[in-house]
Amino acid sequence: MKKVSNITEVIKLLDENGIRSDGRRLDEMRKIKIEVGVLKNADGSAYIEMGNNKIIVGVYGPKEVRPKHLAIPYKSLIRCRYEMMPFSVSDRKSPSPSRREIELSKAIREALEPAIFTEEFPRTMIEIFIEVLEADGGTRTASINAASVALADAGIPLRDLVTAIAIGKIDGKLALDINGIEDQYGDGDMPIAMMPQLGYVTLFQADGIFTSEEIEKAFEMAKKAIWNIYEIQKKALKSKYLQIVKEVDINE
Amino acid sequence: MIAEGKYKIEGAYYAIGKKYYSRVLGLTEVDNERVKVIPLKGKYIPRENDLVIGKIIDVGMTNWSVDINSPYTGVLQVTEVFSKPTSISRSSLSNILNVGDVILAKVIAFDFTRDPLLTIKEAKLGKVSKGTVVEITPSKVPRVIGKKGSMVNMIREVLKVNIIVGKNGRILVIGSKPEYEALAVMVIKKIEKEAHTTGLTDRIKSYISKLVNEEGE
Repeated sequence: MKKVSNITEVIKLLDENGIRSDGRRLDEMRKIKIEVGVLKNADGSAYIEMGNNKIIVGVYGPKEVRPKHLAIPYKSLIRCRYEMMPFSVSDRKSPSPSRREIELSKAIREALEPAIFTEEFPRTMIEIFIEVLEADGGTRTASINAASVALADAGIPLRDLVTAIAIGKIDGKLALDINGIEDQYGDGDMPIAMMPQLGYVTLFQADGIFTSEEIEKAFEMAKKAIWNIYEIQKKALKSKYLQIVKEVDINE
Repeated sequence: MIAEGKYKIEGAYYAIGKKYYSRVLGLTEVDNERVKVIPLKGKYIPRENDLVIGKIIDVGMTNWSVDINSPYTGVLQVTEVFSKPTSISRSSLSNILNVGDVILAKVIAFDFTRDPLLTIKEAKLGKVSKGTVVEITPSKVPRVIGKKGSMVNMIREVLKVNIIVGKNGRILVIGSKPEYEALAVMVIKKIEKEAHTTGLTDRIKSYISKLVNEEGE
């Protein structure tokens, strides 16, 4: 969090030309980089950089449920832990799980669960561990993007990848993929997660005030961005295996 | 993740209406109008009549718990060890198979509601006393076996080792010499890593002869 007390003038989020504080246009996403299989010991893993957000995700499973009484007889139990590192924000964050982290763990789990064929692995569990190394607005959407890639990397059957993006409102205008400052001083934040191929929405939250026209427009904006991210996710998944193909070709 | 039109589809897919989607990160094999989706990774889900290699993790009153490299723990009942009815106490149970022992077993029943039942009553099954166990991703087991066993037979012949492939991704290698055993392990690891590339059998063949030559020097 930025210190507000000594800032007297109002932070300008949008200049006269419609350029945002970090030089982006209103409908421009931050740069995204996804790497797959970064952890050796986890069954599946992914690392994402979405602007200044740096998030690492590890996935285990399906595996035996421990403690045993939590097992669900007809489907797999999904466990999700979202955690922010103490150094992920400018004021040190206490390492104990905060209210916000517990809530986000649940929101992310519920965004991912519709995509997983949970009924195929009764009495097992799938564990998703999300560690935020650096946070700059929109960590939940970046976490969902990375977690769904990590799930696919673990070989867990999925209906589709889950892809997410946040739409914000700054100076009364809709802005794609808002960063930390825009989230803090803007007028609203609306994270949306979708299974793009199937057209299902798995997460739709909003804070701030949006008119119904704005929601419709925001949804269209999000959809477009989600397809772009979806391609990046697929490319990241393929690249791990194409790398080996390349190595083999060179050796021959 | 990859949608299809009107085709005959096999493997890891699911359908909504006439649209087919892949459900795993995998390879697609297209042959005329048949499409096959092969997963690149995955956990072992027990099936009846599967040959598995397991490790005893617990000795119970009348049974053993067996780790079979799956989310589900295998159960080996006393009646599936002896052909005659016997009465034995718990202490003598651990004399027969103890924690840490490796067994070659067969799945006799599994229906998700209960843990899979194993047997070692048939010929060739039972406790494994020699050899090395290699663990790979269960979805790559077909690659190690090859088309009609071509890959595994090739390794058997060239390295003069006996290989028993468990469906759960554990492979038992028994060689006359420990060096050949170690070589076979290296070969299997290479197959796992390069399972999705083309011309694998030929490449593995040259890889083995290279290894054997190095060993000879």
